[in-house]
Amino acid sequence: MDHPFDAIVVGAGGAGLWAALELAREGVKTAVLTKLYPTRSHTGTAQGGVCAALGNLEEDRWDWHMFDTVKGGDYLVDQEAAEVLAHEAIETVIELEHMGLPFNRTPDGKIDQRRFGGHTRNFGEAPVRRACFAADRTGHMILQTLYQQCIKHGVQFFDEYQVVDLLFEGGEPEKGGRAAGVVAYRVADGQLHTFRGKAVLMATGGFGRMFRITSNAYSLTGDGVALCYRHGIPLEDMEFFQFHPTGIVGIGILLSEAARGEGGTLLNDKGERFMERYAPKLMELAPRDMVSRAMYQEIRAGRGIGGKDYLYLDVRHLGRKVIEEKLPDITEFARIYQGVEPLTEPVPVQPTAHYAMGGIPTNVFSEVVRDEKNTVVPGLFAAGECACVSVHGANRLGTNSLVDLLVFGRRAGRQMARYAGTVERPRPIDDAVEPIRARLDAIRSREATGESVATIRHELADVMMDKVGVYRDGELLTEALAKVRELKGRYSAVSIADCGAVFNTELLEANELGYLLDLAEVMAAGALARTESRGAHSREDFPERNDAKWLKHTLAYVSPKGPTLKYKPVSITRFEPKPRTY
Amino acid sequence: MNVDLRILRYDPEPPSVALAEGTPSAGVAAGTPSAGVAAGTPSAGAAELTGRPSTPPKPHWVTYQVEADPMDRVLDLLIKVKAEQDGSLSFRRSCGHGICGSDAMLINSRNRLACRIRVDQLGKKISVAPLPGLPVVKDLVVEMSGFFSKYRSVKPYLINDQPEPERERLQSAKDRARYDDTTKCILCAACTSSCPSFWARPEYVGPAAIVQAHRFIFDSRDEGAAERLEILADEDGVWRCRTIFNCVEACPRGINITRAILEVSGAIVGRRG
Repeated sequence: MDHPFDAIVVGAGGAGLWAALELAREGVKTAVLTKLYPTRSHTGTAQGGVCAALGNLEEDRWDWHMFDTVKGGDYLVDQEAAEVLAHEAIETVIELEHMGLPFNRTPDGKIDQRRFGGHTRNFGEAPVRRACFAADRTGHMILQTLYQQCIKHGVQFFDEYQVVDLLFEGGEPEKGGRAAGVVAYRVADGQLHTFRGKAVLMATGGFGRMFRITSNAYSLTGDGVALCYRHGIPLEDMEFFQFHPTGIVGIGILLSEAARGEGGTLLNDKGERFMERYAPKLMELAPRDMVSRAMYQEIRAGRGIGGKDYLYLDVRHLGRKVIEEKLPDITEFARIYQGVEPLTEPVPVQPTAHYAMGGIPTNVFSEVVRDEKNTVVPGLFAAGECACVSVHGANRLGTNSLVDLLVFGRRAGRQMARYAGTVERPRPIDDAVEPIRARLDAIRSREATGESVATIRHELADVMMDKVGVYRDGELLTEALAKVRELKGRYSAVSIADCGAVFNTELLEANELGYLLDLAEVMAAGALARTESRGAHSREDFPERNDAKWLKHTLAYVSPKGPTLKYKPVSITRFEPKPRTY
Repeated sequence: MNVDLRILRYDPEPPSVALAEGTPSAGVAAGTPSAGVAAGTPSAGAAELTGRPSTPPKPHWVTYQVEADPMDRVLDLLIKVKAEQDGSLSFRRSCGHGICGSDAMLINSRNRLACRIRVDQLGKKISVAPLPGLPVVKDLVVEMSGFFSKYRSVKPYLINDQPEPERERLQSAKDRARYDDTTKCILCAACTSSCPSFWARPEYVGPAAIVQAHRFIFDSRDEGAAERLEILADEDGVWRCRTIFNCVEACPRGINITRAILEVSGAIVGRRG
């Protein structure tokens, strides 16, 4: 079935919903496609807050926020993008309040703000209250609020339509083709639909499911990122993946940095606040890459709790009132998933795979760019975690994921509306669904005697966790790359038991596994090539940052032999790279 | 420990029935393009080719033996069954920790999120069925569009036509606290599908939609209370609530739903008075 639209938004998290809202306000005929229901999107799990230099409780300035973002990203951040991020964060958060978001309030009725990792006053002096929050369900309230506004403005949703291919007119992007739409698989009945549009937004989120221990939803399989890669768009800085310090042991569910922002501490087996030795100024509020590495160092030195591979997060001294009013959800998580009472016991935690700094390269208008010269792919946009604009560089600061998806989702919507007014709607494309139909049919029609999706997925998650994790080296990465390639080979014969059309999640999981394998290969290859340590990419065989050689973005292009790596310069406008200490 | 996991399975597509029009055609050899297979051609023979087991087209219980840790959640067990015993088991899941609202189902006769209830809370015999009162699509997956259209019917968005101030609107902590409880709703449908009034009359707007309306009616920044109260004063609005409290028991977010409903009906009465 063919659906003619003017704009197509793929993914209904914060970035997709805000873009859709802008498009609806401009009267652009828009379809939002999501493989879930919009309110199930992963934006909803963000807990701690969204930073904006409102200065409601103490002096703050957006250029301090910009500086923190650049330094937090170990100077791999494109500074013109960081400027947009920090500057527009303010009006974006105010607009969310106007839409009805139930922020916590200060005694004088303004939006309340709290401290968060790496966010400082006066270019690194001391922590600053910058994170605006709604208890510890800020993401939930952002997602709800944006969905509410989309309903108010009559946005058209296609729920449980999983996008499985991208369409271009005038050739593939590398030949100068423009975006023309998408192919979607309707989960309810297995039908393939084409959606034609002038402007197409990828807002499909991250891909943390390639790791064994992750905070990411089961649905975070990198769909949009992998589809762009397969269509020849290079992926930027994929070797940078953030491990959040405080995941629930064994299962990776996140306990927000807000716990530390409110004054929670990290303790080793001896009861020491070990961050004193690693980041004497910011302590537990140092950026996440540094805290996660410090935790690994403690564990390696035998100071994990009981000599094991975890440490303690302690919030007991905050008192019942602070814990129940400001951290209610994560307190519940500790109770349910660990059987621990945070009011009276320290909570066992370990780093968990959390966030992709890299992704689909874009400019500050959220337009996808396809080469080292930043040539725009007409009509194709990306925003949120799947995109790399790049405001996070080598390591994202806490709350900046929400700031990113709000600011650049909003910009995407506005730019899409402008662009849609200048071009004709693409014509229907003959046989548009055939390539993907063939791929899905191949999986479905194979004898059910091959390897299962779960077997390959587990092996992938293990190798990525053990060899492409917090600490890396050349040997581990070489092994990981070989293993991922072996798994890709085995994946070509994967088979499934369910050949039905109705709600066949096994078929979709098999298809998603293909995305994860492609992206894992890109991540391992980029990490192996980058012989330095920067932000979240920490090579034990190359422990120093090397600006002379590596102050540049990786671009990974698809090829039959695997990713081909090229590089492009970093935009540096205000802050020259300096050693990164806290 | 070993757990007997009973799942109410339902497969709407017995192998003898041709697949729906427009479905991808099975039966194409691996790797070969399916050129020549016109869109919409029913792909007869799919079942024979892949050996899908014959299933009667009505719900039936299947018991799976699962090796489980007492701290495992029911969702972990479902994923395990799908990975190791039967890949065709269908259920919704996403965040896996009680925020997204995908995996509400009937577990040991109570509506709960599969990712929030542990094996040690349930024992060695666990039964899982789809949410009651909603049409079943397949296995544990229910049709949600009716639920969401009721949600949309109560105008679940801030209504305030005053010019926006340059900065945030002010709201006291006390006014903010007034509607805090109902902002927690994740639209999982556990409450509505546990409600006997909803089972008896599917047109009833249901507890979840009232909770969402409450969130705005009692927000000091909102000016749309009158419109929403009028909608909820309808014969399929709040008066259908018989204060049975099933919804409160079912809510995985601990929202005091019945109180919210009573506050809304009180506001309707107050407006009329």
